[in-house]
Amino acid sequence: MKAKIYIKYKDGILDPQGKTAGHALKSMGIDGFDDMMIGKYIEMTFTDSNKATAEAITDEACRKLLANPNTESYSFEIVESE
Amino acid sequence: MKFAITVFPGSNCDHDAYHVLKHILKTPAEFVWHKESDLSKYDAILVPGGFSYGDYLRSGAIARFSPIMDSVIKEANAGKPVIGICNGFQILVESGLLPGALINNKYVKFLSQNVTLKVETTNSIFTQKLKHGQHLTMPIAHRQGNYMADEDTIKQLQDNDQIAFTYASVNGGNPNGSMLDIAGIMNEKKNVLGMMPHPERAAENILDSMDGLGIFESMLGAT
Repeated sequence: MKAKIYIKYKDGILDPQGKTAGHALKSMGIDGFDDMMIGKYIEMTFTDSNKATAEAITDEACRKLLANPNTESYSFEIVESE
Repeated sequence: MKFAITVFPGSNCDHDAYHVLKHILKTPAEFVWHKESDLSKYDAILVPGGFSYGDYLRSGAIARFSPIMDSVIKEANAGKPVIGICNGFQILVESGLLPGALINNKYVKFLSQNVTLKVETTNSIFTQKLKHGQHLTMPIAHRQGNYMADEDTIKQLQDNDQIAFTYASVNGGNPNGSMLDIAGIMNEKKNVLGMMPHPERAAENILDSMDGLGIFESMLGAT
């Protein structure tokens, strides 16, 4: 089993990396989008856990370390490993 | 006043801080490795700059869970002076000892340059020997020094006189985009200071500026 964790800046938090990469795309002629943000993608793997336990562990990991509640929000999904 | 200087993997301003305290100010100072868990024998704690844990995940986020941090929090809550410089500030923010967050500089770049600070309050153990409105020149060296906090926190910082230093509007002014030009803040009890600029790198004539010295002298004068 695997947790796929997505961490992104909360609305209103400056994301200079996303802004800069977005500008670069536009200057390359890749346009037609309004905005872009760059966040983080994290995977955790579980061997012996059931889904509820994996969810609880992932949520605690996000809350305590992986995301900063002041600036970031997180979401995750628990999926069967490919 | 006996200082503990916490050392994390990746701290790199620990020796500068030690040099200033021990050799310039002639005050006892010792390095304390982050695996230690007792800071009770020290009178003050300095969390130095650097790149603890390679700045992985977020600056200061992993160092915050080093064993030493439990005792930094304990001593801070008991009223001991704690000063966090640069990465030390980031660690103190991640630990919850100071409110808000330090995010990427407005123009993303790592900034290594001198800045001019303005002393916003002299009503603290860290600034009591300075003058209100005084300008201090010292270096910054950071990529995540852009202080932000929610509206309530900002209001509390202002109302409770917790903003220690701002970037003065000279020499380019605010380098990183921080709210209210904040360069350094204190906790509510004002025994914990976090600041992005490096006073320990501006404490000797040979380094062009001695403006950082007043902060340490204020702390020493507190006992």
